[in-house]
Amino acid sequence: MHAYANPTRFLGVARPLAPWLFWIGIALILGGSAAGLFLAPADYLQGDSFRILYIHVPTAWLGMGGWTGIALCGVMQIVWRHPLAAVAARAVAVPGALFTALCLATGSIWGRPTWGTWWQWDGRMTSMLVLLFLYLGYIALASASAKSGEQGGVSRVTAIYGIVGAINIPIIKGSVVWWNSLHQAPSIGFSGSSIAPSMLWPLGLTVTGFTLWFMAIVILQMRAILANNRIEARLRRMARG
Amino acid sequence: MKGKHQRLILVSVAIVALIGAVLLAMSALKDQAAYFYTPSEARAKAVAPGTAFRLGGMVVKGSVKRASDGINIRFEVSDGKGSLPVAYAGVTPDLFREGSGVVADGALRPDGTFEATEILAKHDENYMPRELEGMKYDEETHKIEQKPQ
Repeated sequence: MHAYANPTRFLGVARPLAPWLFWIGIALILGGSAAGLFLAPADYLQGDSFRILYIHVPTAWLGMGGWTGIALCGVMQIVWRHPLAAVAARAVAVPGALFTALCLATGSIWGRPTWGTWWQWDGRMTSMLVLLFLYLGYIALASASAKSGEQGGVSRVTAIYGIVGAINIPIIKGSVVWWNSLHQAPSIGFSGSSIAPSMLWPLGLTVTGFTLWFMAIVILQMRAILANNRIEARLRRMARG
Repeated sequence: MKGKHQRLILVSVAIVALIGAVLLAMSALKDQAAYFYTPSEARAKAVAPGTAFRLGGMVVKGSVKRASDGINIRFEVSDGKGSLPVAYAGVTPDLFREGSGVVADGALRPDGTFEATEILAKHDENYMPRELEGMKYDEETHKIEQKPQ
């Protein structure tokens, strides 16, 4: 793991990887969406409105997965002083917040025709909104620590905030199981799925596609942060003469 | 090496303490965080008439009676252990139907009928094409099967 703490070595792997992740991700998203819109049959109850699932589920997964990544990076930063972990956590924050917002928006659009309401304060929706607010707080703290010279990473306070905030992730997951909620119980578990196979496979494509695309965005963001570090280091050297 | 181990132990202890605190909070929240009460929960809590709460459960098959004015509707909501009659005046969501989940916002009348001011349909976790309607998802085998008639 420490071999890749070296930014130069990381860039050597990340630079050729990013365009592959980016374009394969885009292709899977487009293919999966087209399959979801035109090939998957309409739902027996919801009709065509269920198709928003092909966007809603990947965004929910990446919103929650993004924060899990931020928390793991936080542990690596605090315990092992891993410099790239702090850069990675910073790179995840904005796309993670964006996907969480997309998840809330698509859920709301689906809720109106299905439940008969745009928004209700049930456990799942409330905990997901809390995740969006956590992201916004993280982005604010991360940009403050960048200004105070953390070499593109985040301050230790920001890392601790990321670890503490991770407690919301199992709450989101459990909200539909522990409490009576308006949102339905999970359709996909470790042992199977209650989504018919003809409707499930395009979801596999969009989830994989969005995940690869998310990884590409994070790598590009990390490269931009590292490049910025080098510029600043050079400017400091030049200023010293 | 020493510093690294110290930090690892510190972070682990902090995370365990945090999880413990949240579990305590969650178990204390259990009742308050519920989005609705089921009929048997509402009965067990002896919610006073006129107190606003949400009632959730399944619409009992054959219980929906629409008045001739097309606005007033009455039905039974059941959770398998108990049921409550619900009265509502208004338009129900498209997915509201017998045998499906429902969440009603309102309060009990003194006569024990739940008077709803808002009706929401609760969708379940099953997604299937129209051709498969009438078939049932088996939770144990994870297969979609013909429902025994």
